[in-house]
Amino acid sequence: MKTDESSLAPNPDTSLEADPGEILLTVALIGNPNTGKTSLFNSLTGFRRHVANYPGVTVETASGPIKNVEPAMLLVDLPGTYSLAAISPDEMVVNDALHGRIAGLSRPDVILAIVDASNLHRNLYLVSQLLDLKLPLVIAVNMIDVAAKRGIELDCELLSARLGLPVIPVIATRENTIAPLRNALHQATLKHGAAEAVELPNEIAGEMTSFREHNPGLSPPEALRIIMERGGYAEKQFIACGGDLEQINESRRRMKEAGIDGPRLEVQTRYAWIHKILDGAVTRPKKPLVTWTDRIDRVLTHRVWGAICLLGVLYVMFEALFRFAGVVMDQIDCAFAALGELVAGWLPAGAVQSLAADGLIGGVGGVLVFLPQILLLFAFIAMLEDCGYMARAAYMNDRIMRVLGLSGRSFIPLLSGFACSVPAILGTRAIADRRERFVTIMIIPFISCSARLPVYVLLISAVVPSVKYLGGWLSLQALIMLGMYLVGVVAAIPAAFMLHKAAPAGPKPNFILELPSYKMPRLRAIWRRMYFAGREFIVRAGTIILAVNLCVWALGYFPHSETTRAAVVTRAAEQGWERERHESELAGAYIRDSYLGAVGRAIEPVVEPIGWDWRIGMAVAASFPAREVVVASLGTIYNLGAETDESSHSLTNAIRNARHDETGEKIFTIPVALSVMIFFALCAQCSGALVVIARETGSWKWAAVSFTGMTTLAYFAAWGAATLARACGL
Amino acid sequence: MSLAQAPKLKPVLVTGIRSGGGMTYRLMEMGLIEGARVEVLGRAPLGDPLHVRLNDYELSLRADDAALVEITDL
Repeated sequence: MKTDESSLAPNPDTSLEADPGEILLTVALIGNPNTGKTSLFNSLTGFRRHVANYPGVTVETASGPIKNVEPAMLLVDLPGTYSLAAISPDEMVVNDALHGRIAGLSRPDVILAIVDASNLHRNLYLVSQLLDLKLPLVIAVNMIDVAAKRGIELDCELLSARLGLPVIPVIATRENTIAPLRNALHQATLKHGAAEAVELPNEIAGEMTSFREHNPGLSPPEALRIIMERGGYAEKQFIACGGDLEQINESRRRMKEAGIDGPRLEVQTRYAWIHKILDGAVTRPKKPLVTWTDRIDRVLTHRVWGAICLLGVLYVMFEALFRFAGVVMDQIDCAFAALGELVAGWLPAGAVQSLAADGLIGGVGGVLVFLPQILLLFAFIAMLEDCGYMARAAYMNDRIMRVLGLSGRSFIPLLSGFACSVPAILGTRAIADRRERFVTIMIIPFISCSARLPVYVLLISAVVPSVKYLGGWLSLQALIMLGMYLVGVVAAIPAAFMLHKAAPAGPKPNFILELPSYKMPRLRAIWRRMYFAGREFIVRAGTIILAVNLCVWALGYFPHSETTRAAVVTRAAEQGWERERHESELAGAYIRDSYLGAVGRAIEPVVEPIGWDWRIGMAVAASFPAREVVVASLGTIYNLGAETDESSHSLTNAIRNARHDETGEKIFTIPVALSVMIFFALCAQCSGALVVIARETGSWKWAAVSFTGMTTLAYFAAWGAATLARACGL
Repeated sequence: MSLAQAPKLKPVLVTGIRSGGGMTYRLMEMGLIEGARVEVLGRAPLGDPLHVRLNDYELSLRADDAALVEITDL
């Protein structure tokens, strides 16, 4: 995804301010995914983690000073990667950081490579590439305890002698095992010169040399990556900086003519080196021991039991999101409503009272109401990810997600969309592939979130007859409800295809995923995820959602003229209304005469073909910041006062009996109700989601595309549904 | 025979991997090269992707990618 200007500046609040004079050296922490990199980072720094967004980099890079080490060192946690041959932009970030190409982050002085003791074979591949960088390198062999349990024995001293590097066994989660590592880092800073790199075949080494003769600014490993990966990120970056594609093609042509497949030969050479290094230094049982992970996986990834367990996990997650978070959300809602009334009681009636009670307190409440779901969803995602189940869920659902041109990795974020788009979009950060992440972010708003539910409940109960089929097992109302949920899912399929075409160029999402061993989730890791997600939502989204809510409040409140009031007072006196009737009629009259009302009448010609009157148009317009507002809006417009929710019978009746001013015909016929529901199912009526889309894609452009695209689709789908329903004589 | 057709729970030997775009090299970098031992541990509920043990770790890959991997009995 492209980064726009606004995200190009480093975050002032997260920049490292720990005495610039004190931190002297930069240590890059790098390793394969699932090697315990974060645990080691936390043990070395004592959880002092500063998260920073560097210029042009949308991946968050965490850094923190290493505790108890001389000289002072700053540890930079780079994204996990299997190779320096970057096939995703996130992997390119690792390359950029190692070559000192990220502004604000100096080139590392020492590299700390973390490897998994149980899986040295694959982990040393990245190490073999790091050797090419000719930087002081320290290797931390993590989880030696787990390896021992699996019957794998390592001779770290022999490995150290063969590699010519310090090789330190550690258990990253136990801080007392990492003292030798601090010492090794200290020693590494004193030494000059580097260990011997893997000797590449002459055909490749020769091309590297001649390529560097034309481009003297490049280091050997940079040159290697540029010639090796056809269409890779190193090549793209080289050309973007004014490099000559013809030179690259020439190198590749010569290798082809010599009959060699460069990248293949490189991999083979490196693995041959790894075999030599590991021979006799690692002993493992002839037949792998059966581990707990194997036993658990026999059930959890079983074709039948695994599917049942997955449904169980999802059921628990949804129950928690809808029921538990729902209860807390209702309480927040009520608390803010009560606070609004309290404040309204203190202030004299007028614009200030309405601004404070409805605009400000209502607006803040409208933001905070999302918080329980966000926190709970992130707790679930962090837990599933940390224990290793997320990879299994992705594995089991990959085939289904392929229908959307996506992979298993987007399954959980899309599913979370049924609860709320905002945390679901934030949850896409777990997707490594940018293109896939982009498409997932953009189709999440199509999934019917819990805020659409009140609209469906209200209109279905008011308009759809309660017909039952199959001896009462199947009701028409439930079928229509299910249909509303399906509308979004079905619309997401063509949308995904179009977005794949519009997406920033990149390889098609693939699915090669490591299934890590299961482990106990760390409470601290879960807590941190919840804390950061919650804080970020409140700070970033909160400000903008609040601003949008205030705008809509102003449109709905002003001009609040005396003439409006006088007209209602006259009619009240004529017809002898009670106080309650009087107040609700007045509230309705104010909103009808407001700028928002004017908007409603202005858009009437647009919504008329669907069969809507201006009041529906206005309610829909008012609910653009947050769609759940429509229930309250309809209540106000049909003169029921502000205290309305979807279960109130009076609103159901009012909807049922609402009639056109002139003709006296019913407004909410089945075609109209269906079209309103379909409009709500497909429309991007959520300022929170739009703000988060802009933030996560790095561009307001995509928020605008989402808004206009979905609104247009919603309009035509609503018109189509109404026309079809009328044609069917409903 | 290709890895996509390999029997379940029977370790096999990789004899070669055919080129199929950039992802082939990533699979090779992850250790799926000539001489590697692979065992198919299972398939996802819909039959695809595959869950395999490769050397000392477990990996999931799509049948299309597994079809590029030539294998033989150990």
